Amino acid sequence: MPSSDVPERALDDLLAAEQRRSVPPNLPEVPEHEVIRHYTALSLLNHHIDRGLYPLGSCTMKYNPKVNEEVARLPGFAQLHPFAPREAVQGAFRLQYELQEYLKEIAGMDAVTLQPAAGAQGEFVGVLLMRAYHTARGAPRSKILIPDSAHGTNPATVALAGYDVVTLKSSPEGLLDVAELKAHLDSEVAGFMVTNPNTYGKFEKRIVDIARLVHEVGGLMYMDGANLNAIMGVTRPGDVGFDILHFNTHKSFSTPHGGGGPGSGPVGVKSHLAEFLPVPVTVKDGDGYRLDWNRPRSIGKVHGFWGQFGLHVRAFAYIRSLGNTGIRETAQAAVLNNAYVTARLQGTYDLPYGRGLHESVFSGASLKRFGVRTHDVAKRLLDFGVHAPTVYFPLTVPEALMIEPTETETREELDRFADAMLQIAREAETNPDLVRSAPHTTPVRRLDEGRAARQPDVRYAPTSSAEAVAAR
Amino acid sequence: MSEIPAGLFYTEEHEYLKPTKEDGVYVVGITDYAQGELGDVVFVELPDPGEKFGRMDTFGTIEAVKAVSDLYCPVSAEVLAVNAALDDDPALVNSDPYGEGWMLRIQVKDERELQELLTAEEYAKHVAK
Amino acid sequence: MSYVPHSAEDVRAMLEAVGVAGVEELYDDVPRELLLGRDLAIPPPLAELDVVRLLRSLAQRNEVLTCFAGGGIYDHYVPAAVDQILRRSEFYTAYTPYQPEVAQGSLQVIYEFQTAVCELSGMDVANASIYDGASACAEAVRMAVAVAKDRRHKVLVSATLHPHYCKVLDTYVAGLDLDIRTVPHVGGVTDLGALADSVDGSTAAVVLQNPNFFGALESWEDAAAIVHAHGALLVAVFDPVVSALLKSPGECGADIAVAEGQPLGNAMSFGGPGVGLFAARREYIRQMPGRIAGATVDEDGKRGFVLTLQTREQHIRRERATSNICTNQALNALAATVHVATLGLSGMRQAAELSLRKAHYAFERLIATDGFEPLFPGTPFFKEFAVRGPDPAGVLIAKARARGYLAGVDLGRFGDSALAVEDGLLIAVTEKRTREEIDGLVEALAS
Repeated sequence: MPSSDVPERALDDLLAAEQRRSVPPNLPEVPEHEVIRHYTALSLLNHHIDRGLYPLGSCTMKYNPKVNEEVARLPGFAQLHPFAPREAVQGAFRLQYELQEYLKEIAGMDAVTLQPAAGAQGEFVGVLLMRAYHTARGAPRSKILIPDSAHGTNPATVALAGYDVVTLKSSPEGLLDVAELKAHLDSEVAGFMVTNPNTYGKFEKRIVDIARLVHEVGGLMYMDGANLNAIMGVTRPGDVGFDILHFNTHKSFSTPHGGGGPGSGPVGVKSHLAEFLPVPVTVKDGDGYRLDWNRPRSIGKVHGFWGQFGLHVRAFAYIRSLGNTGIRETAQAAVLNNAYVTARLQGTYDLPYGRGLHESVFSGASLKRFGVRTHDVAKRLLDFGVHAPTVYFPLTVPEALMIEPTETETREELDRFADAMLQIAREAETNPDLVRSAPHTTPVRRLDEGRAARQPDVRYAPTSSAEAVAAR
Repeated sequence: MSEIPAGLFYTEEHEYLKPTKEDGVYVVGITDYAQGELGDVVFVELPDPGEKFGRMDTFGTIEAVKAVSDLYCPVSAEVLAVNAALDDDPALVNSDPYGEGWMLRIQVKDERELQELLTAEEYAKHVAK
Repeated sequence: MSYVPHSAEDVRAMLEAVGVAGVEELYDDVPRELLLGRDLAIPPPLAELDVVRLLRSLAQRNEVLTCFAGGGIYDHYVPAAVDQILRRSEFYTAYTPYQPEVAQGSLQVIYEFQTAVCELSGMDVANASIYDGASACAEAVRMAVAVAKDRRHKVLVSATLHPHYCKVLDTYVAGLDLDIRTVPHVGGVTDLGALADSVDGSTAAVVLQNPNFFGALESWEDAAAIVHAHGALLVAVFDPVVSALLKSPGECGADIAVAEGQPLGNAMSFGGPGVGLFAARREYIRQMPGRIAGATVDEDGKRGFVLTLQTREQHIRRERATSNICTNQALNALAATVHVATLGLSGMRQAAELSLRKAHYAFERLIATDGFEPLFPGTPFFKEFAVRGPDPAGVLIAKARARGYLAGVDLGRFGDSALAVEDGLLIAVTEKRTREEIDGLVEALAS
């Protein structure tokens, strides 16, 4: 830090002594190069997409193009203050406006908000839109339907928004069950939250009929866009009968997952819901762009400012790179890659609901007879330098292994992954201990999660005051 | 095979009800089978003494590393005491579910409700399904 | 350009292995009438160079001004080390650390982040982050209501809380039957007398920001005494830079402390992504929203880290989870952690102290200028203060912009909020601003 260049004054004049901390925070004092070495050393303990395949089902861990990182750091984006006058940030508003237009077109929707910070907040906006819509028509209604294969965020969101969750059983083919739906449809249903393709990777064949039934009782159709990557440019949720959907830019549009975030969860709606979108909405006004706050029926505000702008820049750059044809090619390649991996694994691992579009859900249940569980398969995969698939989800498949290779993996990489999976299946039979005791080559071995939860140690704390003093 | 002691009463949700020497006073916990299915128990949330529950009301929750379940009161009752030792060592539920891993000591309101519960034999059939 | 790596030969071989003639066959489950059957109405693909050109041209339509604006997002200095670490793809291309054996880097960073948040806030425990300061504040209120098992339904919010946080809070509690009331301010600080009159046995939480939205200093300590007397929880909204010097929420008796963490190592980026800091007293750890990393050991007894207390979260507890949050702001939390580590205690204190000194210099200079007066005379502030000038704030901002300065936040823009002040200009000064820049701003505003 530079020394002060303003006239010296006693600190007490500026900030009364009783307002100041009596105990300073216990923060480290280390030279910069030690900081760099520390975090570089930590980074090397991570698996990441630039190292190898990351086939987490439902997470769409595709390659993150480097150019997107560069453009997001342009001073004209990174150094903008959200309260700068509108005339000084026209480029930013234009980017947001055009991104909204692209998302509308990709989803077949009439209006889009970029405000939500992540998919779960997008869901929350979606459910509040339902509430606002129904309230404007008399009453908010009381319940929202969710299939049993849904992500946990769906029921959590519904509860957060004050609705009752009604869970619907999937059909034996892993699809929405029309009879089950009919049995639960009534005028208290505010909406139906559906992931399409669903968590088995299957396209809901009867979605048009289902949407019609829900609409007949006045309910709304919500699409969780977690799996949009499989269908973008091929078919559009808005054309299928959905009224609301959220996007995950950190899935479909390649904004980096960052080790857990940040995400970005824009929400698209049909025209009858546009007036309820959260404030503000980035709009075009003559030749310029501005934030529109004058939306009296809006559900309110969900983000501190104007959404995750840095992610909007990356998603915009990605969509423009791919362009009209590249978006469809991306979806098709994601589906082809999954079909290829599925073909290689089928027969060795059970596939209770068949091949999905961009992902397939296998079951490791057949390995149980060797005393090997899906958990063990996942850990053993780590020894091969690939990440494990999503495991034990959906909850409806025993010993689930949910595999989503994504479009950016080469055939060679997919083969390497499939070979590893097949080898592990053989090992389970011939040398189950090897699998059960995996991983063997990672920075740490299996960790005691029970201990972590029973005796939570969630921060560094010097064990004695003497140590605390020494640390300072 | 999990242990299912005779002489206790069981629910389909895997709680047991164990008689004590005192009249109308019983101990509630979860079965050996249930602790095995849950895995490492990391937290048990119990009510305060004096609270009253109806038959099969939720009286608390039990958490493993990646699972959480409600706990149901097998019969209508008032809580006399709870096992404070579980605060420090919830794994007692794993190591000794019918002994040191007990959860509630209750005063049963109407012992006729016990007839609705499963016997050891019936419970064994239930978990074998 | 797309990032699909396959050659025509790859595609042919893969289709053959799958046993289909073309990719279209793989979409057989999609009813034919639902197929788009045309190209999307989006411009055609661009080469990387063209993408850079396009984005540069958009960025150039934005003005990079010398920033005196705050209101929740601040232009503090970010050491070069931070971006160098952020650029490591080991961090930014990793997923949530669900397989801890190959995610020890991300997990230890979260543990260090939680530690830094605890130290700055003076609280016992912290989570791995919430989206931003606004949603962290809303989550804190929801948590306080859940903690208060006796169905308390009233929440008191100081009028000096960030107006956007108030709006987000209103949205977040839409599904709850809560009574949210505003406690007025006197002279730019919360009226504690009015607070004492409003708080009662039905109050679950009181929300107080310090320094408040006007930059003025509040007293969490006095508020805590009033709040706790009625068994309610104090939610303290703090500033993590100021916290190096100012008495922390923990020292003042806060029960939950939340903040916008952007000032720690994160670019302003038009207001997002930032990072919501969330800390609480230890006894409330099981009611906290979001991910938490914890230390443990592996099979060989070696120290390691995992995500812990996951039964609170949506993927396990579903509709009874403490929050629906899944994805958080991990990379921004990394930035904050590296920022704090690089500056260290002395650097953090210097940043706070320089901001304090420079803000007061700017204030004195401006008030000595004809036509400028403090909005709240005599009210102590830290790094941000509100003034009224000879012209409407919008005019002042336009004047300064012509000379390359962003003069501050027009308080008139919060038209429907309790703290909208027509003609009020909120000015923030960080350690980054030089005396020359401050003098330049004063001159521009006075011209």
